[in-house]
Order: sequence, then structure tokens, then C-alpha cells
Amino acid sequence: MKQTPIYGVLAEFDSPTDLVDAARRTYNAGYKKIDAYSPFPIEELAEAIGFTKNGVPLVVLVGGLLGCVGGYALQYWIAAINYPINVGGRPYNSWPAFIVVTFEMTILFAGLAAVFGMLALNGLPMPHHPVFNVPRFVFATKDRFFLIIFSSDVKYDPVETRRFLESLDPRSISEVPS
Amino acid sequence: MDEQTEIRAGSSRAPVIEPGHTFATITDKISSIVLTQPTSNGWLLGFGVCFLITMMLLYAMGYLFIRGIGIWGVNIPIGWGFAIVNFVWWIGIGHAGTLISAILLLLRQPWRNSINRFAEAMTLFAVACAGMFPLLHLGRPWLFYWLFPYPNSMNYWPQFRSPLVWDVFAVSTYFTISLVFWFIGLVPDLATLRDRAQSRVAAIIYGILAMGWRGSARHWKRYETAYLLLAGLATPLVLSVHTVVSFDFAISILPGWHTTIFPPYFVAGAIYSGFAMVLMLAIPIRKIYGLEDFITQRHLENSAKVMLATGLIVAYGYAMEAFMGWYSGNTYDAFTLWNRLHGPYAHVYWSLLTCNIFLPQLLWIRKFRTSPLLLFGVSTIILTGMWLERFVIVVVSLHRDFLTSSWGMYYPTRWDWMTFVGTLGFFLAAMFLFLRILPMISIFEMRTLLPQATVEAE
Repeated sequence: MKQTPIYGVLAEFDSPTDLVDAARRTYNAGYKKIDAYSPFPIEELAEAIGFTKNGVPLVVLVGGLLGCVGGYALQYWIAAINYPINVGGRPYNSWPAFIVVTFEMTILFAGLAAVFGMLALNGLPMPHHPVFNVPRFVFATKDRFFLIIFSSDVKYDPVETRRFLESLDPRSISEVPS
Repeated sequence: MDEQTEIRAGSSRAPVIEPGHTFATITDKISSIVLTQPTSNGWLLGFGVCFLITMMLLYAMGYLFIRGIGIWGVNIPIGWGFAIVNFVWWIGIGHAGTLISAILLLLRQPWRNSINRFAEAMTLFAVACAGMFPLLHLGRPWLFYWLFPYPNSMNYWPQFRSPLVWDVFAVSTYFTISLVFWFIGLVPDLATLRDRAQSRVAAIIYGILAMGWRGSARHWKRYETAYLLLAGLATPLVLSVHTVVSFDFAISILPGWHTTIFPPYFVAGAIYSGFAMVLMLAIPIRKIYGLEDFITQRHLENSAKVMLATGLIVAYGYAMEAFMGWYSGNTYDAFTLWNRLHGPYAHVYWSLLTCNIFLPQLLWIRKFRTSPLLLFGVSTIILTGMWLERFVIVVVSLHRDFLTSSWGMYYPTRWDWMTFVGTLGFFLAAMFLFLRILPMISIFEMRTLLPQATVEAE
């Protein structure tokens, strides 16, 4: 029988404290390609697995600036260049009247950038992922906490890595077929 | 009660979440409403009635499309009538959802976690109802897209100096941002439902909507950042929406409309009516679905206090309007005030003061803030009062023009009433559907409220 390649080794924990503790020890043990799964956001966890580069704020800033400049430019071009109408002798570029739409466009673009930027950086939508192959993983959206060491990690070794995870005292360990 | 819940709840007050819950019980309790509980007869009856009322709305709309807005009671001098009264009323109700989900998030009020989801849903449906009215009022609603700037063969553009165009942008941005905020909040819970669903079809549908969410730490980190930034963006947005709606009035030169107090007083009124609607929905929902553990007395009391505070701001707005009517020395302003107090619509103005100012003072009494039944009653009164306020602003200001030759009265027709009641039915029908197919309380945010969700220091 052909052996399916292994995507990683998954360890299951009971509480956020255990997971964060295990993640820190794994990261300190030299495993860098790891991830953790939890049913709710845990503040300490991202740092524990060595995740520091969060691109979302920059995306939102760029989105907001685009909306702001684009919104004003649109109104300026329409009111002053393409379709100038004299309203009670006011200047064509009557900027105070353009503030509201500029503001709304800023919020709209920044908000959409936040949502779609977050999804894109997370690689979502991704309906299937190897971790879903593990039957116990359904509890990751309920009350269990998981830590994975990917097989692509340089330090990964089928026997050694499993032994290491066992030393963290998890509730269960499963191999994730890719 | 264990220590941390106590700290969060404040020792003398009711807790945000009843003690004894675990991650699993929260998950099961909220997801079972959607996944395992059979559809009750009460739900079928409620949804059925609201669905029929929605059909009446479609009938009224269909007739409107054929005959035009002449079937409504609007005419010069009262060209706005029910359409704008209802628009402002509905959009105001929407504000509480965003206030709860965004502003209270930024203010770190964890009690919001159990009411934000359905309050956001309420916002969406209320804004949808609100959006219908200006469109129907256009006369030729099928040409609504002329409101947006797009290159067209007529070679013209919207007038960006007009508050009515601002309103289009404000309301459509508000709806879009509310929708994505709500949906993004749902994604982790949809993943929970995907993994719990008993039927294959449900699992596939929830799975598609959950977009493959798996709760990775990297995902959560970006998710939290995006959610917080969205909250930060939605906060000025929600304050701007009713401000822009009030500009529709305040930028004009009509006595009764042309005042600088309109933006803050509109926003306060919006939150006032929005919380009243949140309570009118939350009180029956927590009772029927047995969610008293999650929507506790604390939530009712806090919402009542928000209503009391915003109600007082609204009262200040009325007082200032009246004061300026007298102090400005302007004949027309003074007449507007006199006309409100003694004119043909005086009974509406006095009912408004009773519903919005006098009766809500009962909320100073603790009993009225903690008894669900009494609170429900006060909320009904406030919603009625806020509707009357919009009526006074729109109709009573318009019906006495500068010249006596253009004075008139407004008589809503049966089509006006059918459209208004129809949107109520549409709103409730949408809420009924929401309760059955989506988790009405944010499951993952409720999990974070538990003491065991905190990582203990080594």
C-alpha cells in the first residue's frame, strides 16, 4: 500500500493555558513551522507560535487612503471639470460640501479593505484543509485546543516530533495526512 | 460565582453570564436552537403572520409602481409624508446594533457579547426597511441607480452639493459596512455550525459560508485586528449616518428644520429608539428560547440606562428647539413653536412629549429597569414616541408654509398605512428567519467571557 504523505502532527489540549504553554515550548524547542487552533481568539497564542507580521492594519490604511483620495477626486472631477454647474455663485470646487461623501468613501473602502484584506491574508475561502482530515478536529470549533507541527519544518522527524509532542502531555496525538 | 466572573460583573450586580457554563455548554445551548430544536408551532404562526404582512407590503408596492405616489397622502405642501417619517424612524432603529457591536466593543463592555449578534441583524433589517422608503418615494423607483455617479449616455452626474446625495452615500455605506461587520462576526460561528450540523445539506451550506474557517492562531490574530479596525471605522460611521439624515432637514431653510441642534439630537434619538427595539426583541427572545443565562438582567438594566441617558439628550433637544423658537425672535420660528403646541397637530406633539419625555422617566425607578414586562412596555412607548417625533418634524413643519395660501393638512391613505405596517412585517419575518438559521448569540465571543478562557500565567 502506498504511504500517504504526512502534512503534520496534531496534538490536542484541554485548555487555553495548556495550549499556549505547549506552543511556547514547541517554538522554543526549535520548531518554527507550527500553528495552533482554538475555538476563540487567545491573545497570547499568536506570539507563542512566533507570528508577529500582521499585515491587516497596512491594508486598511491603504484602503482608507484610496477611498479618501478617490472620493474627493471623483467629486472634484465631476463638479469642477466634467459637469460644472453654477449653484448660487459658489466655487465649482466647493470643498466643504464634498466632505461628507469623501468621509463615507473613506470608511467604505477602509472597511471593505479590512474584511477582504483579512480574508486574503488568511488564504480564505479555503473550503478544504488537511487538518479537517483528523476526525477529532471538529472539536476545534467547540472546546478543544490543537497544536500542529508541520512536516515541512526542518526539524521535523516522524518519530522524534511525535515523541516531543507526547512530552507536552496532550490529550491525544494524530498524524495529519495531506 | 467564581472570582473572575465576579470582577467582570461587579459584585452587587447581576452577572453577564450565569455561572456554571463551559465552552461546550455555551456551544451546545446556542447552536442547538438552530441545529436540533424542531420548528415550533409558535414560530410557524409568528413567521406566517409576518410573511402575510410582507405580502401586503409587496401588494402596496406593486400598486404604487402602477399608479405612482399619488396613491399616498402626499401633496404640496406636505411632499414627504409617511415615506420620510418611516425612513428616518427605521434608520434610527438600526443605530443601536452598530452602537452595541462597535462602540461598546471599543469601550470594552463585555456584556455586549450576548446581544451584539441579533442587534446587528436588527440593524441590517431595519436599514433595509429604511432604504425602501426613499426609493419608493422617488416616483420612478426603477431609475434609482441615477442616484449613483456612473458614466451614462445622458452625460450627467449627481449634484454632490446636495444633502440628498450625501444621504445616498451615507445609507449605502452604512448598510454595506453593517453587512460585512455582521458577516465577519458570523464566520467562526458558522464553522461551529458546520462541524455540529447533523444533515449533510446543512453542513455544506454552513461550510460554504464559513469559508473553511479553522481557528488558526494566525487567522484569529488578523481576524481580531480586522474586527477591531472595523469597529473603529463603524463608530464614526454610525454617528455620521443620522447626522447626514438630519442634514436633509437642517440644510434646508424651513422653520422647524433649519437648526444646528439637529445632528446630535437625531443621533441621540436614533440610539434611543434603537435600544427600545433591541429590548422589544431581546425580552421575548430570551424568554422563548430560554436564554436568560446569557441575556441576563444586567443586559436589560444597562440597555434601560442607555435609553434613559439618550432620552434626556433628546429632551434637551426639544427644550432647545422651543427655546430657540422663542429667543431667536424670528416670526416664523416662533410660529412653528406655537403651531406645534396649539395647531391642528397639537395632539401629536403632546403625545410625543408624553411618550418620549414624561413616561420614560419611569426608568429612574429600579423596578422598571429590571422587570422585563414593564421594560417591554416602556420600550413600546419610546418607539411610538420616536415615530411621532419624526412625524412632527416632517409633517408639522411642512404643513404651514410661509404663505397662508399654501397651508394644508396631511391625511395618510390606506396605502401609506399598508406600506408602513408592511415593513414592520418584513422586519419581523426577517428576524424570525434569522433566529432559525443563524446563531442569534455570538458563540465564540461568549466563550471568551468564561473565566477559563483566560491564559493563566505560569
